[in-house]
Amino acid sequence: MSVCWQGTGEAAWEAAASVPDPEVPCVTVADLGILRWVRVEDGVAVAGVTPTYSGCPATLAIELAIEAALRDAGFDARIERVLTPPWTTDWITDEGREKLRDYGIAPPEESGGKATLFGAAQVTCPRCGSRETERLSEFGSTACKAQYRCLSCREPFDYFKCI
Amino acid sequence: MAVFEAILELADDHLVLGHRISEWCGHAPMLEEDLAMPNMALDLIGTARTLYDRAAMLEGKGRSEDDMAYLRGEREYRNCLLVERPNEDFAHTMLRSLYFAAFMRPFWLATLEMTTDETVRGVAGKAEKEMAYHIRHAGEWVIRLGDGTEESARRMRDAVAALHIYTGELFESSPAATEAEAEGVLPVRADMRAAWEDVIGQVFAEALLEAPEVPYPQTGGRKGLHGEGLGHLLAEMQSVYRAHPGATW
Repeated sequence: MSVCWQGTGEAAWEAAASVPDPEVPCVTVADLGILRWVRVEDGVAVAGVTPTYSGCPATLAIELAIEAALRDAGFDARIERVLTPPWTTDWITDEGREKLRDYGIAPPEESGGKATLFGAAQVTCPRCGSRETERLSEFGSTACKAQYRCLSCREPFDYFKCI
Repeated sequence: MAVFEAILELADDHLVLGHRISEWCGHAPMLEEDLAMPNMALDLIGTARTLYDRAAMLEGKGRSEDDMAYLRGEREYRNCLLVERPNEDFAHTMLRSLYFAAFMRPFWLATLEMTTDETVRGVAGKAEKEMAYHIRHAGEWVIRLGDGTEESARRMRDAVAALHIYTGELFESSPAATEAEAEGVLPVRADMRAAWEDVIGQVFAEALLEAPEVPYPQTGGRKGLHGEGLGHLLAEMQSVYRAHPGATW
């Protein structure tokens, strides 16, 4: 999967892509793949943004932040909410996964949309790299995360869950 | 009858269940569940918001998402009866979520295959993944409680006895839904039965529960005939907006 700018939108893309996620500020909206595209039409920068979860409370904050970044870069700005194709964790870039791990959040292990309904994914501890971990809760501090604990180093950690 | 009313029925299901689950916020028996409940409520309310917006657009009378949620009375709500049932205890709450999600996941998967409505397709693509989480979370609790202590097993059996009579309505299509099916917007509700029974059967087998025979299924929600609880729910949910019409926050 890829994200891109269209036409003459490179500067606008650079501005929008630098916006950090408000809840996971170690990664940008481009790293997460929720900024789909930016195009410039008649001097107006239009950014396509997709929500992670249906009810993600950060969606509006993210849209406002991208709009503000585009205005700071000198564009009139408009946001288009993109529902299809839906965001999945496959949209997170390799760089984004690396940044999540450095931040102490285990990146999603594999595309989980069609995974078995019961039974948890095996998750690697972002601190010590052990595969011996256990799930504490399917739901974490934000809609996109679950809570895990490492059985080797004993640290609890967030897991960016697969959808 | 019109297609927008079928989308409204779906939106009402999601808003009412989302609100019910949100009532646990701050009251759940442990911290992890206090996080899980609002997370699941947000999924449902987020889905409802997009569906209300779409229904309002299709209706074309200038109503907004907020008008749909806050300015319709109990008799105008078209949710199925299952979702408005009171929370009672954790057994009731989790079983209600399992019944609903086990229906919605195949429904959204089927929607992805056939719908001609791009917004509905977008909702379906997201929601089927979220419903898989809800099935897993609620299913694990139903198993834990059903195959738990004598007390938890008794409560789980009570929940099945209380709620199973509302599940038949999930598979019924109202005149509006039938029209949406004919127009290729939504899939046929009755077609979800095999997938639903498969999930419920797997969970019940592990939870040591039995699905009862239901001689008299409870229906009426799609006609606006609701139980006492819905009026109380709407009174709480709508009071601020009705006191301050047009308020935003």
